[in-house]
Order: sequence, then structure tokens, then C-alpha cells
Amino acid sequence: MAPSIGTSVPRVDGPAKVCGSARYVDDLVLPGMLHGATVRSDVPRGRLLGVDLDPAFDWTGITVVTADDVPVNAVPLIESDQPVLARDEIRHAYEPVALLACEDRLRLAQALRHVTLRVEPLPPVLTIDDALAAREAIRGADNVIKRYRITKGRGGAAVEGCEVVVRGVYETGWQEHVYIEPNGMIGWWDGDTARVEGSLQCPYYVQKGIKGVFGLPDDGVDVTQAVTGGGFGGKEEYPTLVALHALLLAKKSGRPVKLVYGRQEDVEASTKRHPSRVEIASGCDRDGTLRAVSIRVLFDGGAYVTLTPVVLSRGALHACGAYRWEDVTVEAVAVATNTPPNGAFRGFGAPQTIWAIERHLDRVARTLGTDPVALKRKNLLRLGDTTATGQTLKESVGVEECVEKAMAASGYVEKRERGPVVTGRTARGVGAAIFLHGAGFTGSGEKYLKGKVAVDLLPGGRARVRTGSTDIGQGTETVFRQIAADGLGIGVENVDFAVPSTANVPDSGPTVASRTVMVVGSIVDAAAKELRARLEAEEKARGATRSAAWERLAADPARATSLVQYEPPPGVVWDDATYSGDAYPAYGWACDVAEVEVDLDTFETKVTGFWAAVDVGRVINPTLCAGQVEGGTLQAIGWALTEKLVTKDGKILNPRMTNYIVPTSLDAPPFTTTLVEAAYSRGPGGAKGVGELPMDGGAPAVAAAIEHATGLVLDRVPMLPEDLFEASVKGGAR
Amino acid sequence: MADGKDDRNDLDTNGGVSRRGFLGSVVPAAVGVAVAREALSAPAAAPAVAELPAGEPAKLTLVVNGRTHKVLVEPRDTLLSVLREKLGLTGTKPGCERGECGACTVLIDGVARYSCLTLALEADGKKVTTVEGLMEGEELGPVQKAFVEEDAFQCGYCTPGQVMAAEGLLRENPEPGLDEIRHGMSGNLCRCGAYAHIFKAVDKAARFRKER
Repeated sequence: MAPSIGTSVPRVDGPAKVCGSARYVDDLVLPGMLHGATVRSDVPRGRLLGVDLDPAFDWTGITVVTADDVPVNAVPLIESDQPVLARDEIRHAYEPVALLACEDRLRLAQALRHVTLRVEPLPPVLTIDDALAAREAIRGADNVIKRYRITKGRGGAAVEGCEVVVRGVYETGWQEHVYIEPNGMIGWWDGDTARVEGSLQCPYYVQKGIKGVFGLPDDGVDVTQAVTGGGFGGKEEYPTLVALHALLLAKKSGRPVKLVYGRQEDVEASTKRHPSRVEIASGCDRDGTLRAVSIRVLFDGGAYVTLTPVVLSRGALHACGAYRWEDVTVEAVAVATNTPPNGAFRGFGAPQTIWAIERHLDRVARTLGTDPVALKRKNLLRLGDTTATGQTLKESVGVEECVEKAMAASGYVEKRERGPVVTGRTARGVGAAIFLHGAGFTGSGEKYLKGKVAVDLLPGGRARVRTGSTDIGQGTETVFRQIAADGLGIGVENVDFAVPSTANVPDSGPTVASRTVMVVGSIVDAAAKELRARLEAEEKARGATRSAAWERLAADPARATSLVQYEPPPGVVWDDATYSGDAYPAYGWACDVAEVEVDLDTFETKVTGFWAAVDVGRVINPTLCAGQVEGGTLQAIGWALTEKLVTKDGKILNPRMTNYIVPTSLDAPPFTTTLVEAAYSRGPGGAKGVGELPMDGGAPAVAAAIEHATGLVLDRVPMLPEDLFEASVKGGAR
Repeated sequence: MADGKDDRNDLDTNGGVSRRGFLGSVVPAAVGVAVAREALSAPAAAPAVAELPAGEPAKLTLVVNGRTHKVLVEPRDTLLSVLREKLGLTGTKPGCERGECGACTVLIDGVARYSCLTLALEADGKKVTTVEGLMEGEELGPVQKAFVEEDAFQCGYCTPGQVMAAEGLLRENPEPGLDEIRHGMSGNLCRCGAYAHIFKAVDKAARFRKER
């Protein structure tokens, strides 16, 4: 059997998706099902005095749920500070306060307009600076959610003694996921058992939330993933709240309840990428050897903690970029504001700090009068070097090869030497970014997660993978089949993938953090290989053929299944107290080159070419892998050039796809993607994570290209035409 | 505006104003209707269209994927909601219900339309084709087959709309060049960012259709 790893096996879920038979949550109908809706506050901060139902409205057939109906009114997560429904306090302008359900959607919409919230407004905290000033305290005395400090060598104080000192401040705004399928869940009660099916990334997160709020045991909750129309992190922690709301309505009405968000509601209420400000002071020699860096990272966490401490951690751990520094201080602080809670989004804090360090090194290069890529190459982390947390890189560092490949494919060096090409009122330029992304959970995370998968032998020579890792478009179903097929030595068409449901699949840990292939895939591989060894032993012991051995094992429940738990690699040591050690078991590495055309009259920027060279360890499925790189990069280009969430008094002014602009087919540049394979010994076949990495480099590469084309230096994302105009007025463009 | 051609001619072919292309390529049918109604109304205050009482059902004949359906709808019902909820054709997806994303694209008399911006009554007596209707028996149709072969999607939620927009484009222009494909597909958002694969799939689908 020829191995399937390394081949572009077609996406297994493809045919159902092109003919309309794939069932997403809104396509599902249960008998007697009601539709649900959420009543939200419309002030960013206040005291909730009451929820009034208009006595003139006919409430027959309408179920109303308020905080009084919630058994334990706290969404279980890192800190259980977010209420399921607000009781006394309003902390952001889209806070859920009450829930309604009705069979008829028109009446439901009418009923929503007959609920009045009595709220006494309080002065809101809306920005990082408001929060740091702490004139209003909304969390503790200082509004701080979390702090980290990373130090290496003599720390950032060493900057001042360096030959060349450069300082800069870099900022990024919100980014909304805009998965095309909005959030949605159906909840119902089967006696005392809570059941939900819906759009989600992490079935066991949802299960944990339901257990905590309703006081149920593991087997009292069943969470099933419907086919999911995109997540990008936006369906990591948020769906728990939607599921809880659907179940509360179902409990009170005694009927199944479908709760599907409209687009505007989804943009307004769901989590977003954390806005950031990063202040950097760096020191280097006159020849460009980087010495010391002092970095202050500030993230806006929004109204509740959600996953902010972990997002901030990843941001801090990526703040020094892909470079060697002898002396480092990173101070990272996340603050609370009265804006919708920010949460997981592809890249998880790293895109913000990679943006900052890449823009900063472009600034250092300008100060030294050298090319940014030449400066960066001189200082790249290599095998044997130590990172800011003191981690020694022992294997799988393909960054130099990535840079070489991206340079060659894009013609970067020649294009930079030639200088910007100005044709009429259009200027063309190229820019690059070099970056890394830690694969898997940070530090000791994987040790606590204890992710598991099961592989079963089924009658008829078939096998089945059971895992809590979900396919949300990235191709889990397909690549896990490939890994299992190769482990068992069978064809990929003989492997099934069980629908992720907490009743049927083990907890593999969440589908996040670029961990699915590298971490969970490695135990799919181990389970399949263990079964293969069992089959070989059975053959030998009984002198049977492989297929006879297969059928015997498949018929024996005690021997048909291999359940494997992930064991972090030996020698990976992390100290949470000092924030030092091996931050990630392995890193993906990449170099992006963007070519842009800037209209010198309108200041519109168009990306005309994009070259990415990405070290993924081992490519399981070249087509799917390149798809991840290109899709993630396009999201980064959107964040860089068009995606600006505008707010006023804590409310979002552009909560629709007509005014929050994500890239269309006309904005997608031609991509040239080169996959580099610097194998990681503990990944399946050598594979590392790829999901998030491509989100990190697009924005700084585009900014560097704009700078090359126009001389305009932009230090804030997004870079809209008006931002280029403003920079030109300040700095004087050509 | 109603046939969309004016908008398409208006496109900046360099893609500089891509949002205009987005709005132009798949026609929000209801806009056309609103304009038509305005044109019909007499200068006097009398409304040209009598208002039906809310909830009053209207009889409607829809020819969907070659099958004739007689359904009772409310005047406010969109084609999207009637297809999904009354006829059970859930292949057509709601993504925004405001004509922003294109996930709900269907063909009406062979032309790509946003079904969320089309009142069901506007499709009375017309031929509607949904993604389910592109199947050839148990086999995938040429556009569907090309989308699978070129991996022209990831999560798949925008895919039925993409497939229908491609089908509409190829019916109008059987041999589109890359720029025509990019413009023709610009009314359908794909957040997974599979556009490059979609372009290849449309090109391949054009060949499949020709070979038949």
C-alpha cells in the first residue's frame, strides 16, 4: 500500500459540500422546535435595574428566560467571571440579558421589541489608555486582567548601552472572524440529559460549560458538532454561551430550541481579535547585530476574561520574533474595558506582536541604512540558539530555507535593488516578513490537557478514527484518515471519521493552537500503529491471513480499539512561575514576500503578488496545506488593508459585511506557496502545525511593501487609504 | 441595473474598487424591483401596489430544479426562506440575509441572484435552480465536480452560492478568462480564502461543460 501522507487526497467532505447535502446547524429541524433570540443591553456599562415585558403585548406562546432561570450564572472558563445572563451589572453594549423563544419567527422579532431594559448608565472604560488610567475601576483597582514578564540575560536595561538604539510604537485594531456561517446551536432536553448540536470547534469546551451551569455529570451532557461553516478561533469559546442560552430556553419551554445568530448580532456580540499596542526599544551594533530588546505589550481584553490570559501569553512569547537577542525584557499586560470580550482568533496574540517586531526591525534597518531582510537574516534563530525564554532550539528550524525560497521565488532582492517602480500615479514595491509560530499549547498546557484519540477496527477491513478534534474546513477529517491509513497500512478510503460527539469520541483537547495535526495527529498515528502491531501478532499467533486477523479483532470489543493519550516529549521543561523554559515543543517558520501597487492619488493599496515559504515539518496533504497558508494569508491581508471595526461610545458602527470589508475574489493576489519540510521528530511523519502561522506575516509584509513603494511608514493596522494619506501629509510622500 | 450588465461594465478592471464589483456581479433582485415599483407608481399619492394585510397568504407557483411546486407564502417571505423552510432545500445558505455575502445565490431563469434579497413572489412562475438541481442523477454536475477536484472550498458554507454563481457565469459566458472569472465571482465571499482554487475550478468547469 503506497503511503497516503504527502499526497493530495481529495477532501473527504467535498461531495456533500458541493451538492448541498452537508447539514449545518440551521439546516436541522427537530419536531416541535422553537426559535430563540437574545435580548441585549445597548449601553456599554451600567446597573441593570429591571427587565420589563410590555403588558400590552400578547406573550402567549413566548418563552422568556432571565438571570433568575440560570442555575449557576457563570460561564465556566479560565475565570468564571462572565454571567450567562446579566443580573445586576452591564459590562458591554451587547451583554445578553434575557432570552425569548417562539415557534413563529415573526412574532419572536415583534416580542424582542416589547422588552425594555431599565439600566442606570455608568461611565464606561473604552480603550487601553482609559483602562490604564483607572479613573473608573471595572476590574480590581487597576483594570488589569493579566501580566507576564519574560527576562533573559541582563534584561531590556541593556538596550541603553548599545551602539544603536531604536524605539517605536506599533498598534493593531480589532478583527472580526466573519466566518460565513454565523454562530448557532440547537438545544434540547432528553429527560435530565442536555443535548446540543451546532456550529463549534471544541465539543468538550461546550460540555464543560453545560456541566457547570446546570450541575450535570459527564454523561448528562451530549454535545455534537454539526458541519461547521468556519471558525478561525471565533467558535472556540463563544459557542458555549450560545449552547447555554439554547438549553435554558429549551428547559423552560420543554421544546427543542434553535438559536442562530443574524450576521449583525454575530459581528457585534461575538469575540474578536484583541486590539494591541506594543512599545519596543532595541539595541544593536553598528553592523546590525541585534543585542538587547525591551518590549511592552498591551492588549485590550474587553469586558470579561474569556481566553485573554492565554492570548496574552502567546503574544508575549512571540514578541521577540524569529531572532536572537542576548538581553530581553517583555512586559505584557492585558486590561479590561467595557467592550465585547475579545477572544481566540487564528494566531492568538502572535499576529499583534509579530506585526510589532517586524515593523520595528524594518525601522532599525532604515536607521542603519540596510535592507530589512539582510538585517533579519543576520540575526535569525538557528539550531542551538536560545529563545527569549531560554529554550534551546534542538531540531526542526527551517527558517533559513524559507527565506532563501521566498527570496528566489519572488525576486525580492532584485526588486528592492531596482527600487520602487513608479508608473504614472502608481507606485509598486515589495516587502517581506520573517516569523515563527509555536505549535501546540504553551508551556505545560499539553501536559494538563491529556488529549486522547481512539482508532477502531471495524468489520469488513475498515477502520474508524474517533477524536474530539473537529473539521471546520481546515481538513482534519481528511488528514486524520491519511495518518490512520498509513499507520494501519490500508487505503485511505477504508478509514471512517466519527462525527464528533462527546458521547462517542474521547476528549482530544480543543481544536486550536495549531495542535491538531502535530499533537492529536501524532496519537492518531500511535493508535493506528498499535493496532497494526496487534494485527501482526494475531497473524503470527494464529497463522491467519491479515484479513482474517482483522475480522477477529474487529469482532472482539476488548481488542478492536486502541485508545491513546498524548504524552508531551521528554525533556520539554517549562516553568510557569518564571515564564522560562521550552515554550512550545516545536515552531513553524515562514517568510512572506508581498508586492503591492499603491495609487498615489487615492492611496488605495492593492496586493499584486504574494510569495510564502513555510516550514511545516512534513506536508501531510499538499493541496490542503497550501490552502491553509493561502487562506490564512488572505485574512492577514484583510486585517492589514481593509478590516477596520469602528466604534463610538462602546457601540460598533459597522457591524455588517458591507461596511466591515473582508477580502473578495478581486482582493486575492496570486499566491506562490512553497512548503519546506524541516521534520519534527515527534510529529506524525515529522509534521508541525500550520493553521495559525500564515496569519502572522501578511500584515508586516504588506506594510514593508507599502514603505518600499511610497516611502510611507505605517505603524498601525489596518492601513486604509486615509491612513496613507495622513502619513503622507505628516511625512511627505513622493 | 436589473440585468446587472451596466454595473459589470462599470467595473474597474484593475480591481481598484473591488466592492463595486462585489455589489455588481450578482444582482440583488429586490433592488431592481423597488426601482420598478417606483417607476410604476403614479405621481399621485395612491400606491401602485395594494397593501396586503400582514400574514395574508398568497398562492405561488415555483418551478424549482425542474419540479413545479404550488406553495402558500406571505408577501414578505424571501425566496431563500421559501426554498429552505417550505421546500426543504437547505443547500441554499443564509449568511447575512441582506445581500452581502452571496451564500444564498440561486439561478432565476438562468441568471444568478441573491435569494435573500428576492421576494418569493418575484419568482412566481419562474425557473429557479438551486445547488441540489445541478446534480446529474447521482453524479456531480460539471461545476460541482470541478470544485471538488480543485479543492475550491474549505468550510463549505459559501460553496453552494459559489457553485451557483459559477454556473450563472458560465451560462452567460461559457469561456471566461481569469479576469472575467475574478469579477464574475466577486459577489460571493469566501472567508476561508479559497479564491485561487475557485478560479481554477471555474476554469475547469468551463472545460467540463464544453466536453459534454
